[in-house]
Amino acid sequence: MIELEHVTKIYRLGTFGQRALRAVDDVSFRVAQGRVVSLIGESGSGKTTIGKMILRLIPLTTGRILFEGNDISALSGRALKGYYCKVQGVFQDPFSSYNPIFKADRIFRILKTEFFPTIAPQQWDERIREVLSTVGLVPEEVLGKYPHQLSGGQLQRFLIARALLLDIQFLVADEIISMLDASTRIDVLNLLAELRNNRGLSILFITHDLSLAHYLSDEAIILYRGSIMESGDIEKVFQRPLHPYTQILLSSVPRLDQKWEETEIRLKVQEGKRTAGCPYYDRCYLAEKSKTCAALKPQLVEAEVQHFVACHRFREIPKEVKHAAGQTRGTSLT
Amino acid sequence: MKKKPRKVKHEFLYFAWRNWKLRLGLLVVFFFVLLAIVGPHLTPYEPWAYVGPSARPPCKEFWFGTTMFGQDVFTQFVHGLYPVFLVGVLGGGLATVIGTLIGFTAGYRGGWVDEILNTFTNVVLVIPTLALLLVLAAYLGVRSFFIQAVFIGCTAWPWTARAVRAQTLSLKAREFVDLAKISGMRPAKIVLTEIVPNMLSYLVMVFILQFGGAILNAATLDFIGLGPTRGISLGLMMQIALLWGALPLGMWWWFVPPGLAIALLVGALYITNVGLDEVFNPKLREM
Amino acid sequence: MNILEVRDLRVYYQTIKGEVKALDGATFSMAEGEIMGLAGESGCGKSTLGRSLILLKPPMKYVGGEVFLEGKPLPIWDREKMNAFRFAKVSLIPQYAMNALNPTKKIKRIFADILASRGMKLRQVLPALNRRFELVELPLEVLKMYPIELSGGMKQRVVMVLSTLLNPSLLIADEVTSALDVSTQKAVAKMLVEFRDQRFVKALIVITHDISLLYQIADTILVMYAGKFAEKGSTEEIISDPKHPYTRLLISSLPEIGVRYMETKLRGIPGHPPSLLEPPGGCRFRERCPEALEKCGEEPPFITLDSTGRQVACWRIAGNHD
Repeated sequence: MIELEHVTKIYRLGTFGQRALRAVDDVSFRVAQGRVVSLIGESGSGKTTIGKMILRLIPLTTGRILFEGNDISALSGRALKGYYCKVQGVFQDPFSSYNPIFKADRIFRILKTEFFPTIAPQQWDERIREVLSTVGLVPEEVLGKYPHQLSGGQLQRFLIARALLLDIQFLVADEIISMLDASTRIDVLNLLAELRNNRGLSILFITHDLSLAHYLSDEAIILYRGSIMESGDIEKVFQRPLHPYTQILLSSVPRLDQKWEETEIRLKVQEGKRTAGCPYYDRCYLAEKSKTCAALKPQLVEAEVQHFVACHRFREIPKEVKHAAGQTRGTSLT
Repeated sequence: MKKKPRKVKHEFLYFAWRNWKLRLGLLVVFFFVLLAIVGPHLTPYEPWAYVGPSARPPCKEFWFGTTMFGQDVFTQFVHGLYPVFLVGVLGGGLATVIGTLIGFTAGYRGGWVDEILNTFTNVVLVIPTLALLLVLAAYLGVRSFFIQAVFIGCTAWPWTARAVRAQTLSLKAREFVDLAKISGMRPAKIVLTEIVPNMLSYLVMVFILQFGGAILNAATLDFIGLGPTRGISLGLMMQIALLWGALPLGMWWWFVPPGLAIALLVGALYITNVGLDEVFNPKLREM
Repeated sequence: MNILEVRDLRVYYQTIKGEVKALDGATFSMAEGEIMGLAGESGCGKSTLGRSLILLKPPMKYVGGEVFLEGKPLPIWDREKMNAFRFAKVSLIPQYAMNALNPTKKIKRIFADILASRGMKLRQVLPALNRRFELVELPLEVLKMYPIELSGGMKQRVVMVLSTLLNPSLLIADEVTSALDVSTQKAVAKMLVEFRDQRFVKALIVITHDISLLYQIADTILVMYAGKFAEKGSTEEIISDPKHPYTRLLISSLPEIGVRYMETKLRGIPGHPPSLLEPPGGCRFRERCPEALEKCGEEPPFITLDSTGRQVACWRIAGNHD
């Protein structure tokens, strides 16, 4: 449904644009219909940039983004609006997503003006009630209120409801859970899962939290400094991570079923200067001054069915990986 | 729940009224406005007419005393208030408009538009306005209050442009602007309906500062002799007073009232601004 | 002797609509070398508790209660008197610590300024400073840099060293890992433990919403809800055998790696915390509690279950216990 082909984004810094910052470097992936794909990365990985490029908020430098086969950068005017009817986004900070001087349900009114100018008011109200109940909000509690009178969880669900008003097929969810409380998080996640199951909605779930990704997604893409390190079916990536970075990520997540390994995480003083080789080179425990790793950027190869990795030395990862996802609290996984 | 949550509008007015700075400032300004309107009707004299003995201190006939030439100081005072407000509003308003337009365009468009406008702003900022005025004074035979207002408006806008640009940049990065974009809103509409309303409170404060600044500016220009060639204003009163030796002769009633009035008026405007800032920005409020 | 003793501490927030009862009766103690995790969701009062122990300023209002640090009373209501304790006896690593560094000063200068406020010179503590920097894996060159030249994780570590330089008896870490990347989080959390192991601090309160993190580093966990304590106990006990309904629901709502929606649909806690302006009488969790009893209309006491110091505020547990 959504396909990225060799997408790159370079920011020019400095008064005359002398310095270049590669926020996204030759990223290609696909999100099929009815699938939740997690874009996992830490800060500076480029995940938010990708999300914004899909939403046409930031222009690409090179590459293409295709929606149902059509290049979205060619869209404008009517066609662009048509695109937004099918593709929407929800952002990280629920409080920043609303204009504080207006009421929260103004976001619905904006949609009505832009997309449904001729619809009858009664019909519109019906639709609003419908989507509000889908996301689990009580209309009387949330309509007619200002953003500061609602909670973060309500605001996020409101935004999801807004996206549903348009009957979308693809949703970009950019860190939408991170600012919510633990008890609301799971409800919003469950909501997303239901939307995928019941309506066939495709979701690009951008996050840095691996447990959330694992709970919800079908596939995972691990991003580091703008490049894909590993991707594929989520169970395979999490059970048997093939990239050193994925291993480090998985071993760093605090868990309730086991204590952290005593292995040390070596923190670098600064992330080294970008070399031509693998972006992870200067933090990689596997590279060990390998000339190949320093000079040649690894391409994504299919290590096994539905499991891709970009690493020259992934075969050297021991079969018995200590950092993989284990069994939790009685749930057994095959 | 016993109390219903107050609506934003009422909360705003509640704080606005409770804020003593706002109240005091507005009261003082209002007082002077009233004086400017009503004052000329309270006095039987004309500002330039020779109506009494020269250099008289305040008395029952002449409330502020008389000038060196036997003119009534009080009459001059109340007549001189009007131009002060005129130049303040016109000059301040012009500076606000220019500064806002330039600052906003620079902030919203970014890129090379931003660079060019920034350079322009900085150039205007460093031009010595006094020197420029001297040159203009040499060429313009007659200077009116209107010209003075325009001049002030055209030279005082740079800091407004910078402030507005900073505000615009911060608003532009807020996620509700992104949301408006993916709702299919066109850029012009986004600016008008999302960004500008957010900036209104800021612009009000900017205008008040420009207003006060313009008054000061005008008074300074008048005082050093670069004011209008005709008419009377508070600054001009002070200039004439000092030119004619009011200081060594101890004729305090001639220059103290206009000076005090300017100080009070501008001070009141600044206090109003501080109060408004507290009203608009909840974090500054004292409980 | 306990390092920290808090008895019935009440701190409210003064707002235009009235008093928000953010912290309504906190009683607990900490032993030497204890790392206590203070867990709860936003608005539960954990940050209020942490901050009131070091800087109680408006709109926070001290309402009642006593605090004893190493046996001596801690005058948290008096900002002037607290000056003597701050940094030397009680220290804080604030949330968003990286923003706490003055961007116009070099790191060295920041250290020197803080030490000068205590009448000390940087030269005196340089050897100790070196050792600390080594511990947190910061190179000494950092002293000559400006904050903007450092990454988020580095700034966090600088603040950690800064806050613990004078070996305070009590260190309060307020959400120190939430703004960090996953890989840095682990390192920073382990450094906190290291500080305790090396006796730089005698007691450490870790305030966070992330219970999994507490499982990794804390000795005891204190769960708060709506301004009151819900449960306290050793980490193992709380995680493996949570007694308070809120704690149980909270833990079971955490997605862990290994749990997937397809197999196990986790449940959240429906509803939301009560408004603290006019909190309901009785147990504050009552409305959302699936096991509420009649008696819950009356406020449950925070009772001690057994000699291990396990405490719960729940009528159901209290009933069984009797």
